[in-house]
Amino acid sequence: MKASRKHHFQWTLAFFLTPVVLWLFLLIVLPHIDLLFMSFRTKDDSGSMVWSFSNYMLFFKEPIYWLTFVRTVLYSILVTFLTFTIALPVAFYITKVSRPRYQVFLTMLLLLPFWVSELVRVYGWMILLRESGVINHFLMKTGLLDKPIEMLYNDVTMIMGLVYTSMLFMVVPLIGVLENLDDSLIEAAYDLGANMWTILFRIIIPHAVPGIVSGSIVVFMLTLGDYLTPNLMGGKNSLWFTEQIYNQFIASFNWNQGSAFGFLLLALSSLVIWAGLKLTNQKLSKVVK
Amino acid sequence: MQIDLSVLSVTKIFDAFTAVDAVSFEVNQGEFFSILGPSGCGKTTLLRMIAGFTEPTSGAIHIRGEDMSGIAPNKRPVNLIFQHLALFPMMSVEQNIAFGLQRRRENKTDIRKKVRAILERVGLPDYGDRKVDQLSGGQRQRIAIARCLVLNPTVLLLDEPLGALDLKLREQMKVELKKLQAQVGTTFIYITHDQSEALVMSDHVAVMNEGKFEQLDTPQNLYNRPRTPFVARFVGENNAWSGSVHRCGESNVEVRTEEGLVFRTKAEERLQPGQRVDLFLRPEAMLIQPDPGLPGLNRFDVVVDSILFDGANSQLLVTPLKSRRELVVALPQNRQYDYIKAGDKIEIGWDTNSGICFLQR
Repeated sequence: MKASRKHHFQWTLAFFLTPVVLWLFLLIVLPHIDLLFMSFRTKDDSGSMVWSFSNYMLFFKEPIYWLTFVRTVLYSILVTFLTFTIALPVAFYITKVSRPRYQVFLTMLLLLPFWVSELVRVYGWMILLRESGVINHFLMKTGLLDKPIEMLYNDVTMIMGLVYTSMLFMVVPLIGVLENLDDSLIEAAYDLGANMWTILFRIIIPHAVPGIVSGSIVVFMLTLGDYLTPNLMGGKNSLWFTEQIYNQFIASFNWNQGSAFGFLLLALSSLVIWAGLKLTNQKLSKVVK
Repeated sequence: MQIDLSVLSVTKIFDAFTAVDAVSFEVNQGEFFSILGPSGCGKTTLLRMIAGFTEPTSGAIHIRGEDMSGIAPNKRPVNLIFQHLALFPMMSVEQNIAFGLQRRRENKTDIRKKVRAILERVGLPDYGDRKVDQLSGGQRQRIAIARCLVLNPTVLLLDEPLGALDLKLREQMKVELKKLQAQVGTTFIYITHDQSEALVMSDHVAVMNEGKFEQLDTPQNLYNRPRTPFVARFVGENNAWSGSVHRCGESNVEVRTEEGLVFRTKAEERLQPGQRVDLFLRPEAMLIQPDPGLPGLNRFDVVVDSILFDGANSQLLVTPLKSRRELVVALPQNRQYDYIKAGDKIEIGWDTNSGICFLQR
């Protein structure tokens, strides 16, 4: 009896797992293995393909590559931090200040922009910000400006665009943790003499740590791997590491170099997250829970 | 004697609902004062106004003579112990207790000394390094009290803190809390819906109903001389009859209940024949099989429906002959009444001074 049930269980398990396993294997694992092999192949002097580390070595030899990567990481950290500082008050307002019946409505308002694709959203920003755009037009009309200024194609605009794109991925986990925060903890701290800042740093943020960490990981990874926003809103000098990968694949048609950069991005960003977790004394298993 | 808290005609109106209706009272220094009422009677709102979380719609709250209007909770000399205690789970016991002292920017050695002293006082001297979730229910209770008492508040407010404990622990904490209050001498204002908590611990109890104080008195007087039908029903167990005044004597009246029983009883107010009244009688006021020679008793025959054995609180459920209303009679456990079985017919008698009669409104 017991054996047959076990047998039965394995069949259903196999039935439900097969599509997922196939999906993972055929569409994700297999291409990656191919890319991984590719990243270790390079042309030698005679023009035939050989195994080598030279694709990886190039990243460390050429300052433009690793500097772009460092720049990308630092900006991604900045974007993550900015997103957090904006998302925390928003999440706090939705969970603790607004009336319960408006909570769903406000969360919907947050979700709404994400129903259109990132491309459309970025073009929306461009219509607003470009030299002949809505904001310039408005400022000229009201006489605040004599001639239009270009607000696109610089780092500030790019960062704003990236923060806007990542907002939701920070707000949602924060709403999740703040909903579990007992209001009486805030009141108790207030009653014991704490002011707003003490309550924020001693009660709210320590409680929200799991949400902050998971939100930060998602925002950091998404920003680091973003291509559209830095490409369209950033200027000539705002080079993003994904653009380097794109250039290798499409412009130079050097797939071997491109896949090496791709794996470097994966490995180094994982390293950054690992270091971040170590520094803040967090455990990934605790956060995912 | 110094007055620590005076509440002057405080009213709180939410939208169209009056939660607290022109309540006034004073609490002396070092007193254990309870506000007793059913849920939704406005007692929590009243407490939150004293703590400063809610501003009264009208009226004033003075603490040691100082007007508290417009003063935020973190600036008031009162502390509140929350219903679910609200200990900070992200901090150790020591950090929890030190939290308020740190907010006052006291120096570190003082804080450590005070934390150690208060932990000793509540009987948990070695618990400073524990996490909050490593404590038992009773220990959490004591830490929550310590966290407030270490700040030496003028008034300590307690919002049903014993509600979440199991019965045995609650009984134990009741005694402990009263002892602790007597030791530290801080004024306690305790709100609860549990009449036994209020009666056991308090010097004075205010019974609250629908936003108003029904009666403010000592626990003994609340039990023995309730001044309104609500207090008679709410504080302690009571048998109630409704009926009408049959005849008026000098100090007592004769009441005919709806079931046709006739009782003589004392009256709280002047009554006229024919008026509708409510008559209340405590279960322990009824004597089982009274001596035939005892004078001045209302006597009637009842049938025993069931025996509810509960140690010292054992009771009989009885129904008077010619009636369907069940009465509760205290059954003393001195083995004198062991012969009584369900279905027996017995005589019940009660002294005319033990009943209380109110005019129906």
